[in-house]
Amino acid sequence: MKVAIITFPGSNCDQDCHRSVELACGSPRYVWHRETSLGGADAVIVPGGFAHGDYLRPGAIARFSPVMDAVTRFGRDGGLIVGICNGFQVLCEAGLLPGALLRNRSLRFQSHHCRMRVERTGTPFTSTFREGQVLGMPLSHADGNYYANPETLADLEAEGRVLFRYCDARGNATAEANPNGSLHNIAGIVNARGNVLGMMPHPDRAIEAVLGSVDGLPLFESLVGAIARKEVA
Amino acid sequence: MTRFTVEVLVTPRPGLLDPQGKAIHHALSSLGYDAVEDVRVGKAIYLEVAAATPEDARERAEEMCRKLLANPVTEDFRITAAEGDGAGR
Repeated sequence: MKVAIITFPGSNCDQDCHRSVELACGSPRYVWHRETSLGGADAVIVPGGFAHGDYLRPGAIARFSPVMDAVTRFGRDGGLIVGICNGFQVLCEAGLLPGALLRNRSLRFQSHHCRMRVERTGTPFTSTFREGQVLGMPLSHADGNYYANPETLADLEAEGRVLFRYCDARGNATAEANPNGSLHNIAGIVNARGNVLGMMPHPDRAIEAVLGSVDGLPLFESLVGAIARKEVA
Repeated sequence: MTRFTVEVLVTPRPGLLDPQGKAIHHALSSLGYDAVEDVRVGKAIYLEVAAATPEDARERAEEMCRKLLANPVTEDFRITAAEGDGAGR
């Protein structure tokens, strides 16, 4: 149950992801962005941070790092990929996920706890949650304002590909609970095949009580469980 | 080969929320510039390119825009190529 954690110059959540996978009983390993192979990994995490300084646009330069060819092939073959925060931006730029993450509507760097509702369970990433469950975890970004054209947005909704939506304490997806202006309060989506997840909030920073929340850990347990079931099957 | 300065203007697509433009518009309004009806903020990128013709320089810049310089989901781009150094700066 090897999980590759891609490290770019400027990644800063790679160690959080490493610890998350460890706590979920998986075997994490770092893969430097200059590598051209994922070393037989069973899943890939693209962590948060500021890959290549976020110059030009977040993720725009990272998507051309040598390792991204291997990540793209892995994703196209159905391999499980999770992009968190900057990782989500990289996956959008790489074309593994639709849409884009624009500057926050507030123009401020948002760094605080947020709530999000689990829209769908029974995916490799959410099998350990309940539908409608409200999760609390940190977010930390300047460009998290999810945008997609109307057709793409309609597809995401019709196909149940919005896995997480910003909400209030009672689970209502209100405008006040939307930290960045994302369309439809979108916090996390999957691709059409359902094997690539991108999300702005940080489950990797919500894995131990000392961090103020453990709501993120089940996501990693779900991922490791999905790999394990595939290995057995 | 001639040296061309290629100016690439990358702008948010029409209809796309541009919070920077909104903030600047607000600031201009509060300075009394009531005639300003809308503000959009993009970026200008200057490339020094060796090419045979301005069309050639333009074409290569267009390819660069599609690959890297602009995000087709959210941005449009315009390219102008002029012979010599530092045009537009």
